[in-house]
Amino acid sequence: MKKPLLTLGALLCALTATAHAETLRFATDASYPPFSQQGPDGKMTGFDPDIAQALCAAMKVTCEVVPQDFDGIIPALHAKKFDAIIASMNITEDRKKAVNFSDKYYNMPSRLLAKNDTAINEAWFKGKKIGVLRSSIQEKYARDHWVKLGAKLVSYGKAPESFLDLKASRLDASFVDAAVGDTDFLKTPNGKGFAFAGPAYNEAKYFGEGAGIAVRKVDVALLERINKALKQVRADGSYDKIQKKYFSFDIYGK
Amino acid sequence: MIDVNLMIENFPTFLGGGSGEPVLSTTDGLILTLELLFYSLVGGLLLSIPLGLMRVSKNRLVASAVWLYTYVFRGTPMLVQLFIIYYGLSQFQVVRDSWTWEYLQEAYFCALLAFTLNTAAYTTEIIAGQIRNTHWGEIEAAKAMGMSKWLMMRRIIIPAALRRALPAYSNEVVMMLQGTSIAGLVTLADVTGVARRIYSDTYMPFEPFLMAGLIYLAFTFLFVWLFKLAERRWLAYLAPRKH
Repeated sequence: MKKPLLTLGALLCALTATAHAETLRFATDASYPPFSQQGPDGKMTGFDPDIAQALCAAMKVTCEVVPQDFDGIIPALHAKKFDAIIASMNITEDRKKAVNFSDKYYNMPSRLLAKNDTAINEAWFKGKKIGVLRSSIQEKYARDHWVKLGAKLVSYGKAPESFLDLKASRLDASFVDAAVGDTDFLKTPNGKGFAFAGPAYNEAKYFGEGAGIAVRKVDVALLERINKALKQVRADGSYDKIQKKYFSFDIYGK
Repeated sequence: MIDVNLMIENFPTFLGGGSGEPVLSTTDGLILTLELLFYSLVGGLLLSIPLGLMRVSKNRLVASAVWLYTYVFRGTPMLVQLFIIYYGLSQFQVVRDSWTWEYLQEAYFCALLAFTLNTAAYTTEIIAGQIRNTHWGEIEAAKAMGMSKWLMMRRIIIPAALRRALPAYSNEVVMMLQGTSIAGLVTLADVTGVARRIYSDTYMPFEPFLMAGLIYLAFTFLFVWLFKLAERRWLAYLAPRKH
């Protein structure tokens, strides 16, 4: 009889202890490298959890990062399984109806992949073949801007197919989400001799507002604190340190 | 439910229109499908007549070389052949440095090459089969007329074999029409490719593919009817007696 009582006592102590130092629970996608992935010890690692930890440090609270499958992540937030979502969630009008978003914490640009030392300017596009994903935001942007400069768009169903054709020099460039181009092409043996060329594209009209941290609509105070913490980590350099760990280029944008 | 409006709105896209452009401003859709079909059938037929003759040749080496070719191309899916030609060959620096690259870098040429080689293999077997089927009486008669081997081939065996090949060949034409639908997988915008584009623009799977299906069906109907006419003209002597 004594043992259960002891455990109960220990549990009570633990409960009161957490009440003193506030714990914020962030949910992140279970598997979306390099933004989030679960290590062999069950701990979440990646860009998203690291940013969460930095934010908590700035807010001076304890952080707990829990994995959650992306498709049920908003309902689980409403069910109070955690307090905020930091899962590379793009800020969209539809989602704004369900949750409140912080300011963006990154806005992945789209970039042109081309042979090393390709200088991109308006004249370059004339007669060039550019690979895009069918019906992607990149295709829309390219059609509106580059076709009139004389570029020819080639549509693919999957990004790796366009990378193969880029490598085989059927394409002069491939226009993709920078994270995809970096992880799936430049960092693989196939990407040797290729690099990002030209500027980073992230015009909100085409590419959206970026990814934000989502909280329940009622948690107005929490949202304010997160936004303040975001500004702080951007200013004190801890954001840049985390970014460098995962990406060789700027993913925050303007 | 089926959104008929979406189907009507998108119909011009299958005829090279779409996104506000006038119909036939590009060769996307039906034109490309028919082009691929026509050129590959013509190329395949031209190849298959000499190949068919070689296939029935008494020279073992020649006959088995053609046998190997038809065996490989009839024994593997056309999609695999297309992928090997389009994605496979492009992986070799040697190929990319050679003069062939000027052609092989074009998806259009790769599709045409794969389709031509494939249909040539099937047609070769059809023609070879009909050459073997030539009635011995016809050959004896030709020999009795003092025809040389090649004259007999030209005047008797090949014309008769081609006639008798018509029904089987009409099947091959219809199969090739459906076969061209894989061109979309190497970035070409044939009928199926256009349907897939509409699908990923609208997230409506049923309507665009239904339209594509109807287009293929209509052309299958047309081809079957044309071959019926041709058979009535050139195969009348094989038709069952009507009186």
